[in-house]
Amino acid sequence: MKRLLPHPLLTPTLALVWLLLNNSMAPGQIILGLLLGWAIPLFALPFWPEQVRIRHWGTLLRFAGVVLFDILVANLKVAWLILGQPRNLRPAFVVVPLDVSHELAISILANTICLTPGTVSAHLSEDRQSLLVHALDVDDQDELAATIKARYEAPLKEIFEC
Amino acid sequence: MLNIALAIAFSLVTAAFALTLWRLLRGPSAPDRILALDTLYINAIALLVLLGIHLGSALYFEAALLIALMGFVGTVALCKYLLRGDIIE
Amino acid sequence: MSATTELLLSLLVIIGALFTFIGSLGLARLEDFYTRLHGPTKATTLGVGSLLIASAIYFSINGEGLSLHEVLVTLFLFITAPISAHLLAKAALHQRLASLVPLPKAAGSEDDQESPGSHPS
Repeated sequence: MKRLLPHPLLTPTLALVWLLLNNSMAPGQIILGLLLGWAIPLFALPFWPEQVRIRHWGTLLRFAGVVLFDILVANLKVAWLILGQPRNLRPAFVVVPLDVSHELAISILANTICLTPGTVSAHLSEDRQSLLVHALDVDDQDELAATIKARYEAPLKEIFEC
Repeated sequence: MLNIALAIAFSLVTAAFALTLWRLLRGPSAPDRILALDTLYINAIALLVLLGIHLGSALYFEAALLIALMGFVGTVALCKYLLRGDIIE
Repeated sequence: MSATTELLLSLLVIIGALFTFIGSLGLARLEDFYTRLHGPTKATTLGVGSLLIASAIYFSINGEGLSLHEVLVTLFLFITAPISAHLLAKAALHQRLASLVPLPKAAGSEDDQESPGSHPS
């Protein structure tokens, strides 16, 4: 089972992407999509050997909801800041210490930070212990780091690590 | 009504193009120019989607998808070049 | 097309174009590279996302059947925009570009000595 389906989640995802790309639900396309979804992970296995395991689907769904909502809020906030006086901005570099060690969790955390509250992740330290974040406008740097840790890192840790 | 909205949207996106082009020409540093190029391709996607709605043709969508793919690869390659002085490791 | 859908489409198109414009305005207007980075990566992504939703609704109503492939571009942009932003920030730090605030110590400069074994992926 593990040899035939190295990434069980990737197969339906690829099939879905294929159907969206062709914009059709014809039975032939579904079969072709599933076939591609089965074959591509097999060939991509050498690049991505470890299996992704999601432990808490509920947390994942809640996390996705929180992130989508935050993307909207962050966009409105950044738009407002751009339209305001550039001189009033208080940009800062903030170091966020990391608790997660799972690679995928770190990448998703970095991407989430880029998409949300007026921050861009700039650099992951060599030992993977901390993430350097640039923020557009901050009051309190420690508070920002604490928010990122509580709002995004904690659920990711729960989803990917125990 | 949709036609008026589309006209306003076209002018806004074109203005966005002009601003980005100004940043691309002015610089002052290489990452600034790459960021401007990155924004330009996203603006191009916006313009193509608007054109698709305006002309009622879904064909423009394929072009938008291709630009999204190629633009991302281009940005990554340019950044890699700045980081390592070399694209292919 | 009913009046309500037309109103919804017009709103989505205007909002999308407005956000695209604001993103580029930020790129032209803000003062240092690191703050400029925020405009295009956030505002523009939402702007284009909103335009693509408008396109999906328009072609679902006017074309033959449901048209969802615009979702693919939205998804792709939402995945790639943070990656390019991250790489650009990394490249700027590597070049020690001047910023409004003091740069963090030595971040980005250790990329040159990265040992080959440190990247398992």
